[in-house]
Amino acid sequence: MDFRLTGDQRALKQGVRELLDRRFGREALRAAVEAAGGTGAGAGEGVAESAGAGAGEGDGGGRAQGGGGAQALDRALWRELGAAGFFALRLPEAAGGVGLGLPEAVLLFEEAGRALLPGPLVATHLAAGEVPGAAEGETVVTRTDGELVEWLDAADVVLGPAEGAVPLRSVDPLTPLHRLPGTGHGTGTGHGTGTGHGTGTGTGADGRAPSHEASLLTAAEQLGSAARTTELAVAYARTREQFGQPIGAFQAVKHLCARMLVRTELARAAVYAAAVTADPVEVAGARLLADEAALDGARDCLQVYGGMGFTWEADVHLHLKRAWVRAERGLSGAAAEELVAARL
Amino acid sequence: MDLAYTEEEEDFRARLRAWLAAELPTLPPRPDPLDWPGRRAYDCGWQRRLHDAGYGHVHWDASPTQRLIFLEETERAGAPYVGANFVGLLHAGPTIAAEGTAEQRERWLGPVLRGDEVWCQGFSEPGAGSDLASLRTRAVRDGDAYVVTGQKIWTSHAEVADWCELLVRTDPGAPKHRGITWLAMPMSGPGVTVRPLRTLAGSTEFAEVFLDEVRVPVGNRVGDENDGWRVTMVTLSFERGTAFVGEVVACRRLLGELARTARKNGRWDDPVLRRRLGRLGAEFQALWRLTQWNVSEAQATGGVPGVGGSVFKLRYSHARQELYDTAAAVLGPDALDLGREWNRDRLSSLSYTIAAGTSQIQRNIVAERILGLPKGR
Repeated sequence: MDFRLTGDQRALKQGVRELLDRRFGREALRAAVEAAGGTGAGAGEGVAESAGAGAGEGDGGGRAQGGGGAQALDRALWRELGAAGFFALRLPEAAGGVGLGLPEAVLLFEEAGRALLPGPLVATHLAAGEVPGAAEGETVVTRTDGELVEWLDAADVVLGPAEGAVPLRSVDPLTPLHRLPGTGHGTGTGHGTGTGHGTGTGTGADGRAPSHEASLLTAAEQLGSAARTTELAVAYARTREQFGQPIGAFQAVKHLCARMLVRTELARAAVYAAAVTADPVEVAGARLLADEAALDGARDCLQVYGGMGFTWEADVHLHLKRAWVRAERGLSGAAAEELVAARL
Repeated sequence: MDLAYTEEEEDFRARLRAWLAAELPTLPPRPDPLDWPGRRAYDCGWQRRLHDAGYGHVHWDASPTQRLIFLEETERAGAPYVGANFVGLLHAGPTIAAEGTAEQRERWLGPVLRGDEVWCQGFSEPGAGSDLASLRTRAVRDGDAYVVTGQKIWTSHAEVADWCELLVRTDPGAPKHRGITWLAMPMSGPGVTVRPLRTLAGSTEFAEVFLDEVRVPVGNRVGDENDGWRVTMVTLSFERGTAFVGEVVACRRLLGELARTARKNGRWDDPVLRRRLGRLGAEFQALWRLTQWNVSEAQATGGVPGVGGSVFKLRYSHARQELYDTAAAVLGPDALDLGREWNRDRLSSLSYTIAAGTSQIQRNIVAERILGLPKGR
């Protein structure tokens, strides 16, 4: 047993971090936020058309639509991610993929979460090999998820029934959201009797990919965000001075930071292990811990930043808002807890 | 990221499992928790069996992964804990092994491994808890001996111990970390008085030890005079390492038992309680994975556990308390019955966020040593 990252895995993670630093560093992140209008994404009016399943070329930058303008996805970056193997990572080499597994995918998505990389990354990654062009980064794929669908206007292909989707003003400036009419998509476990049968781990709404993989990759993004907010809080606490000393010298602040690290490292062990076992129940547990680490991490980071944390200028709110959006994806917290309980 | 055990590790596990299956049915009945001499004899007898079967030294020179497997399998099989041998096997022994002279290792390590001698720990004092380095028990050199006077507290197994790993102040004028010395003190000598302390669980898990001009030979000093703080840190890093493997296994088993109880007594139908159990399931699964992570790190870095143990202990000690609180919610009125063994465990668990470094001290360690935040004033 050696649970540590292999040399190749460390190199892969480092490579993705460098790529994202270069192509989607802080300036690019803030430029994307400003381009999105700054007051909430997807502010278009009216009912969005149900994006067709006829894939193929997007029109270069997402469809301009609605009052606020539908949000553009950086297609050049998307293709670059494709060329780097972000989407084709787990396809066999014979099929033009990289031939790696879930552990490596988790490392990529951790880095994506850390950088707040926008776009329907999970849906496109899971569609690689099934939707033409997805693996290469030519086709942007999104999928419906319960009552929500991310990046509907920018996507070339929508998996799942998106008829009647209505845009909402997304809390996350970099994740445009549409809401689907009706209910019935629920949480995916359908508990309710007390006999403790967790179900709903089999397939996603479209029946194409196991939803536990989507949950795991989402958990990995949450992990990356949790690690990043811990770093941000620590860096701020070391330099910001009050009462004549760095605020990080005060135990009250120190303990906030320590708790952030503890949550992050526990989530890391859970997410990495779930990637190795691919066990849906272990994934559910990892998701619980990663959601907690990301949500509480962003909140604590905001607290360490004090008044600066409440500003638009600091990146903290971007982490918190994205973590909120991710937490709504796929398996809900309640459903995950039921799944784990059912196996006890 | 490889969670599979090697053939060699699986072989170690299989042999251990077979040995445990044959050995455990031949153990004498467990002594009453209040019968200290009986507990000592039982714990030492178990250590002797481990020694004779080749497992006596597993805490010291087995690989971290083998140690993980050992602790996992012994807990699963319901084997006895280290008990009275805790300090000898996990504190004093490793310290002597790392810092002692050849003669000292020869004198003390064998008896610990064979279960012949029991050690206790004389670190904390009434005025030196979290601020351990402020300890005031004095040792004054007199010929070939130190003359020791002072008071120690929270000393587990003091009533039945042969030896005490003792921290004393040898240079009151030096900065507090630099005037401390580590001594091996015989508990049988004149001037040593042990007074048991009753815990909130009603038991006498530990004691106060009063020292009145106790003579300790200079040859019993491990490390240099006034270098005891560094010597001690070696011991404490062992304490915060993989010491909780068995406990995590035990917690996961308890959680399974709770789920079965809840399904029987109807409380499983309460979704709030059911989800609380589910979250604990995720928590302890993750703590197990974190243990495997820490063990893999220790394996790669040569075996001495690092500050990762603080991360683990912080989360584990709170999770275990939450586990017992949840158990109380499952058991209802039974949670008030001290006749049920787990209730005593619940009371004991209240010490977990205090012993071996409070959660607050652990957070300071994490913040300063891992995150690099400045030391406070």
